[in-house]
Order: sequence, then structure tokens, then C-alpha cells
Amino acid sequence: MGQAVLKEATAGATVVALPGAKPGVVPLPAPARKPLSQRLLPWFRAVLVNVLPPLVTVALIALFWQIAASGPQSSLPPPTKIWEEAKDLIIEPFYWAGSQDIGLGWRILVSLQRVAIGFSLAAVVGVLLGAVVGQSVWAMRGLDPVFQVLRTVPPLAWLPLSLAAFRDSQPSAIFVIFITAIWPVIINTAVGIRNIPQDYRNVAQVLRLNQVEFFFKIMVPSAAPYIFTGLRIGVGLSWLAIVAAEMLTGGVGIGFFIWDAWNSSRLSDIIVALVYIGVVGFLLDRLVAFVGTIVTRGTLSN
Amino acid sequence: MSYLKIDHVDKRFQRGAATTEVLKDINLVIDKGEYVSVIGHSGCGKSTLLNIIAGLTPVTTGGILLEGKEVNAPGPDRAVVFQNHSLLPWLTVYDNVALAVNKVFGATKSRAERHGWIMHNLELVQMAHAKDKRPGEISGGMKQRVGIARGLAMEPKILLLDEPFGALDALTRAHLQDSIMQIHATLGNTMIMITHDVDEAVLLSDRIVMMTNGPSARIGEVLDVRLERPRKRLELVSDRTYIAAREAVLKFLYERHRFVEAA
Repeated sequence: MGQAVLKEATAGATVVALPGAKPGVVPLPAPARKPLSQRLLPWFRAVLVNVLPPLVTVALIALFWQIAASGPQSSLPPPTKIWEEAKDLIIEPFYWAGSQDIGLGWRILVSLQRVAIGFSLAAVVGVLLGAVVGQSVWAMRGLDPVFQVLRTVPPLAWLPLSLAAFRDSQPSAIFVIFITAIWPVIINTAVGIRNIPQDYRNVAQVLRLNQVEFFFKIMVPSAAPYIFTGLRIGVGLSWLAIVAAEMLTGGVGIGFFIWDAWNSSRLSDIIVALVYIGVVGFLLDRLVAFVGTIVTRGTLSN
Repeated sequence: MSYLKIDHVDKRFQRGAATTEVLKDINLVIDKGEYVSVIGHSGCGKSTLLNIIAGLTPVTTGGILLEGKEVNAPGPDRAVVFQNHSLLPWLTVYDNVALAVNKVFGATKSRAERHGWIMHNLELVQMAHAKDKRPGEISGGMKQRVGIARGLAMEPKILLLDEPFGALDALTRAHLQDSIMQIHATLGNTMIMITHDVDEAVLLSDRIVMMTNGPSARIGEVLDVRLERPRKRLELVSDRTYIAAREAVLKFLYERHRFVEAA
């Protein structure tokens, strides 16, 4: 049909054929499979761009450290000495040679278990309390000042009280995690609930959703981005608190290991443990952030 | 007996010591199956009136009677299609409608019946093909269609439409107006629509309620639109009844009740 129109339009005019201009469809070259080296190149470049800078930084720090700590009067061990002294801890995280002579991986797992219990409790209680504070003006007026004061109390300041209350180190350590992680969860959840658009509340009212349905079907999904911000801050604080709490309560955790190593002057072990703690804390943060992006995928796009 | 009766409704908002009277002495009787539009300049309280009928805003004095019974709380018998669609962005199109259907018919319909009813309503607004999409992935007109499907799926006694096509472009709006006319013809629902579009009001309504300017807005006039249904947009353009009705509304809005604050 298009061609017919074209013919009519050009009927009166002299058509000058352009040399080499062939009508019809120009076939696209078939998408040839690029050779493996070419396909891998962008990927390789991306890895390089992201991995190389931190590697260079770490190498430079290690070099500087090596030079600074190599002197005879140096009080801290250089990287080479750490490798010599704590090689077993670095390359074998999961060895087991008696109740106090175990790999750092096991110790991390014990600490993580405490964090998991304390943080889960804090997440559940924090979201519920945050929902109450966010939903009710009077609950906010009554509770918010209390929360604002309590949240500034350093985690370890709670430890003596919780030891007195629980008379056991394990629940005390868990309580310290709980009380550390709960504040950001409460406060962020409350903000999220207060920011639920009136439209969603209207929908809930027209449908006559009851309190429980409203909580699960409107509140939690709508406030999820805020809740996850609180959880992410909370998990970071928990990890900070567990190391300190374990130093005082003893047991098997990574915190106690550091204290124990200090008492027996194993400085290399301490440094290895610090790296473990840092890496695990980083992974925890990423884990919560990852869960958050999956859960809130739908909430933000409107 | 009247189907819906708006009986001497006054609405005042109290903010500190200052009281603003938004609506004054609103009386209106609506029959079953009627399509009534409420038109007026912005700020005249027409949305407040709709919210009062929906039960989302309490009246100061007076009352709303639905089939002879007073209603003063929101409920699925007066479903609302909100101006900004108000779909829940974390649910798919299907789940948005399902939330309403499961709540309203959870006790009376089986799971399969409810599924069928959800799909039926999505088909009614031609959205069955996008049932697994999230609101963020569909166009504004499509979202509004889903909002209408959600409203219809509650099988309300009255469907309340709060400027349902206000945020849409002209072509999409015309399309949705045709859909609404078709749905009204098929189901015979009672519908109340808030609008500020004169053509839309005349095209869709059996009666047009014209509001005076606020504060203390009243019902100025009620116009019967005696046009045969089904109505065809193009044929109406030169129809004398249509032109007369359009003129009457325009004269009301721009001669007798000019919006003085309009820039």
C-alpha cells in the first residue's frame, strides 16, 4: 500500500534512480557469536576496575605498615610476623583442637548466633513498637521522649544491669544486642508508618480492614523501606556491641578471643581477629541490604 | 423510598479557634441506577461531599441515608475510585483487586469463585492481560482502569468516583469515559462522580449537581440531562439537548458563579 502511494506521488515526476540505491530491505548481518576473548573482555575490565583499587590500597597499607613496624623497638607486629605467628588462624578457620583451641570461624559462628537471636528479637519487638508509636499520637508523645533518652545509652552500660537480672552471661549478651539494635528499628519504623500515604489508609478504611490485616497488608509493605533502613543500622550496631559484650562475659565468641589474646600477648591473633570481624560485619550489612532490596522491590516504584 | 439520601448535611472544619464552613445544607436524593455528577470550581467542597458519602469524613450535622439506613463509616457498599488510583504499589494488578474481593467475599464465595470474579472485573475494564504487572509498570490510564475494577469488584451499592479521569490525557480520558458508560449500561450501578469537566459531566450523567463556590458551598442547581442512552460522543456534538445542557452548566459556572479567586 505504501508503494502504491509512492507510485502515484511520483507518477508525474521524472524518477532519477540514485546510483547504487537499491530498494528493499537491507539485511542486517546475522548476529555472529563474538569470540570468547571479546566477550570476556568487558567482564574482565569491570572486575579489574572494581577490584584493583582496593587491592592497591591494601597493598600500600601493608607496605607502609611493614616499614613502620619493622624497627627493633616496634610494639606492634608487621604483616610478615603476623603471617608467621597466626598462619593457622588465617588459613584454617574451622579447626577444632579442644574446647578453647578452635578456629576463628567457629568463634564467629558463636557470636553470630548470639547476634541472630538478639537481633531477631529486636527486629520483631522494634517493628511492633514502632508501629504503635507511628500509628498513635498519644503513644508517640508518651514513648518517644523515653526512647530518645534510652537510645543514647552505650550498649555496654546495659551489661551490668542485665547480668544482675539474668545471672548468666549468655542471655545477658543477647539482651545487650537486643537493647542496642532495637532503637533504630523502632524509630525508623515509626517514621515509615507516619509516612503511609492517606490514600492507602482510605483504601483500608473502605475495605474495612481490621487492625491485623491493616498491619500486614498496608503498614509493613508500605513502611518496608524505612523498616529496612532501621534494620540495617541495627545489625551494624549489634555487631559492634557483641564484640564488646563478649570481652566482658567470656565464653567462646570472637570478642572473648580478642580479650584472651591480649591477656596472653598474642597481638598477631588480635589483628587477624579484627580482620575477621570487619569482613563479617561488612557481609552482615550487605545481607540485610540485599534482603531489603528484594522485599521492597515493589514499594518504591510507583 | 429513595436509594441514597443526603439529608441536610453541613460540614465545618475546626482549626484552633477558626471555623471554616465548607458545605451548607446539602440535600440530594439519588435513585438506584442513576449516574449523578457533581461539578463545581476547585475548592468548593465537592471532594469533601464525596468523602462524606464514602464515610471517610464525618458530617458536622445532617446525615447520609443509604436504603433508609444511616451510614457514617466507610464500607465496601460505597466503593471509591480515587483520583490518583491509590493502587498498592507492592501488589500486582490482580492482587490489588484480590485484596478487595477476598475481604468483601471471603466468607461468601469459594476460592475459585473469587478468582473468577476478580478476572471478570479485570476483563470488564480490559485489564486481564496485565494482571501480573505491578502498578509501576502500567500507564496512568491503565492504573485508573484497575482502580475502577477494584471498586466494581466490591459490588458496591454506590460507586463513588472522585475526579477519576482528572489526571489523564484527553484521549485516554475519552476512552475511559466510554468504558464507564458501557459498564454503567451493563451493570446498571448507581454512580456519583466528582468532576470539573463540563463535557464529561454532560456526556455521562443523568443529572448534574452544580455547586456554588465555597466557603459554605450549597447545591446551586440540579440539571436533568435528558439524552437517550447509549450515548455516542460524536453524534452528541451537534445534538441540541446536549448543547443546551452544556450551555446551562457553563453559564452556571462562568456567569452566575464565577470563581473569583481564579487567576
